[in-house]
Amino acid sequence: MGLQTFMQHLANGISLGSLYALIAIGYTMVYGILRLINFAHGDIFMMAAYLAFFGMTIFSMPWYVAFIMVIVVTVILGILIEKAAYRPLRDAPTSSVLISAIGVSFLLENLATFLFSGKPRAFPTFETMTYSLDMQGVSVQVLTIIVPIVTLIILFILLFVINRTKLGMAMRAVSKDYEIAKVMGIKINNIIAYTFAIGSALAAIGAFLWGMKYPQVSPLMGVMPGLKCFIAAVIGGIGNIKGAVLGGFILGLAEVLLVAFFGQLTGYRDAIAFILLIIILLVRPTGLLGEKTAEKV
Amino acid sequence: MLKIEDLKVSYGGIEAVKGISLEVPENTIATLIGANGAGKSTVLRSIVGLVKPVSGDISFNGESITGLTSDQIVSRGITLVPEGRRIFPNLTVLENIKIGAYMRKDDLSEDIAWMNDLFPRLKERSWQLAGTLSGGEQQMLAVARALMSKPKLIMMDEPSLGLAPLVVKGIFDIIKEIHKQGMTILLIEQNANLALKAADIGYVLETGSIVMQGEGKELLKDQSIREAYLGKSK
Ligand SMILES: Nc1ncnc2c1ncn2[C@@H]1O[C@H](COP(=O)(O)OP(=O)(O)OP(=O)(O)O)[C@@H](O)[C@H]1O
Ligand SMILES: [Mg+2]
Repeated sequence: MGLQTFMQHLANGISLGSLYALIAIGYTMVYGILRLINFAHGDIFMMAAYLAFFGMTIFSMPWYVAFIMVIVVTVILGILIEKAAYRPLRDAPTSSVLISAIGVSFLLENLATFLFSGKPRAFPTFETMTYSLDMQGVSVQVLTIIVPIVTLIILFILLFVINRTKLGMAMRAVSKDYEIAKVMGIKINNIIAYTFAIGSALAAIGAFLWGMKYPQVSPLMGVMPGLKCFIAAVIGGIGNIKGAVLGGFILGLAEVLLVAFFGQLTGYRDAIAFILLIIILLVRPTGLLGEKTAEKV
Repeated sequence: MLKIEDLKVSYGGIEAVKGISLEVPENTIATLIGANGAGKSTVLRSIVGLVKPVSGDISFNGESITGLTSDQIVSRGITLVPEGRRIFPNLTVLENIKIGAYMRKDDLSEDIAWMNDLFPRLKERSWQLAGTLSGGEQQMLAVARALMSKPKLIMMDEPSLGLAPLVVKGIFDIIKEIHKQGMTILLIEQNANLALKAADIGYVLETGSIVMQGEGKELLKDQSIREAYLGKSK
C-alpha cells in the first residue's frame, strides 16, 4: 500500500473516529453524573437524524436552519427522557434505571418504525461536503476534514465549560457526591438536565454529520453506532470526556485501517469494536484514561 | 434562631430520632453529644433537608423549614460541615472553597482572603486537588467551604474526628473565632469534654431521645455525664 492510500485511509479513520467521539461523549457524561449507561443515547441520535431528514426534505429548511432546529429539538427530547424515565428513579437501584433506559431505547425504535416506517430513506446530499479535494495525490472529501475540526472545537468548548465555569464545577461536584452538592445549594436535578442537554446536543451534531457521510436514515440506525460509541467510552475510561474522544478515535482508526490492510476482515468490521472492548477489559478494566479505583457516589 | 419540635425520623421503619425538641438561640454555641448511633448526624441531616422527618417541625428564625429542599434551606443561612469531611476530592482546594459560595452572586474575593487568613495551609495548596490533602487539611477545607456561604448558623458534625490533639485545638480555636464574628454554631462531638467547655448549651442524645440538657459547664459537672461520656468516675 502506498503512502497516499495510507493517508487516505488515515483521514477516513480520523473522520469516522470523530463521529464516534461526538456520540461517545454523551455516554460518558451521563455515566459520570448518574452512573447510568444511557442505552437510549443511540436512539436519540437516530431521532436527530430523522429530524434533520424531515427538516430538510418535507419542510425544505436550509441546512443551517435545520441544523439549529435539530439541536434544539434533540436537546428537548433528551431532557424530557431524563425527566420522564430517569428522574423518578433517582433513589432506585442502578439496575432499575438501566432497565428504564433499555425501555426508552425500545420505545424510540418502535416509535420511529411506527411513525416513519421501517423503510430506510435517503438523507439529502450536500455537494459542497462530498466534494473531493486533491491534496498531493490524496483525495479527501471536504466532510472528512470538517468532521474532526468540528469535533475538536466542541471538545475544547466542552472542556472549558467543565473545568472553568461554575456550571462545570457543579457538574464535577454532583458526579462525586449528590448529598453534599445539595448542601452547597446546587439543584442537582438541574445539573443532571444540563448534562443530558449537552449529550443530546452532541448526538444531534453527530447525527447531522453522520447523515452527510452515510446518507441514509432508518429506525435502527442508532443501534450499532450507539453500541460502538459506548464501547469507545469504555475504552477511553467511562466518565472521562477526553477518554471518550480518545476511544472514539481509536475505534474509528482501528476499523478503517484494519479493513484497509486486511481486506479479508471486511465482513468482520463491526466485530472489531467488541474485540477491542474485550482486550481493554482484560488489560485495563478502567479504560485508558479512567481512574484507578472505580468510585460509586 | 433554630427550633426543633418533636422531631421524628426513621430509616425504613426503624426510628432513629424519637421525637426530640431542642433550641439553638442566636449567637450561641450549642452542642449535641451522645454515643455512636444515638442519632446525632440524623438530626443535622434532617435540618438541611437530606432526610425527610416523619413528623415534627424545624423552624429557623421563626419560619418553618420542614419539607423544604436543601437548596431552599441553605439559602436561608444554614450550612453543614458534614461528618467525615466529604470535601470534593476531584475539585481543587480553591474550587472547594468557591463551591461553598455557590448560591452567592456577590464578589467572593474578600471572603477568600479571609479563608486564606484563617487557614494559611489551604492557601499554599489552593491548586492542589482536594483529595490529596491530609485529613486535618481536609477538615479545615470543609470548615472553610461551609463558611464561604456566609451562614447565620453553621452545624459541624464531629469536626475533630481522627485529628491530632493540636489540630483539634486549632479547630476549636476557629470555632470560637467564628462565634466571635457573630455566627451561631451547632456542634456535634465525640469529644464531650472539649465540646461542653466551649458550649453555652448542651444536649445529650441517647438512642434517639434527649435525656438531658443544660448549660455546657453544668453538664460537664454532672456525674452521669462524666461517667458516660468523659470516662471519669469522679
Ligand atoms: N441511611 C441510613 N439507613 C438506615 N439506617 C441509618 C441510616 N443512617 C443512619 N442510620 C441509623 O440511624 C441511627 C442513628 O445514626 P446516626 O448516624 O444519626 O448516629 P450518630 O449519633 O451520628 O452516630 P456516630 O456518632 O457514630 O456518628 C443508627 O442506628 C444508624 O444505624
Ligand atoms: Mg454521626
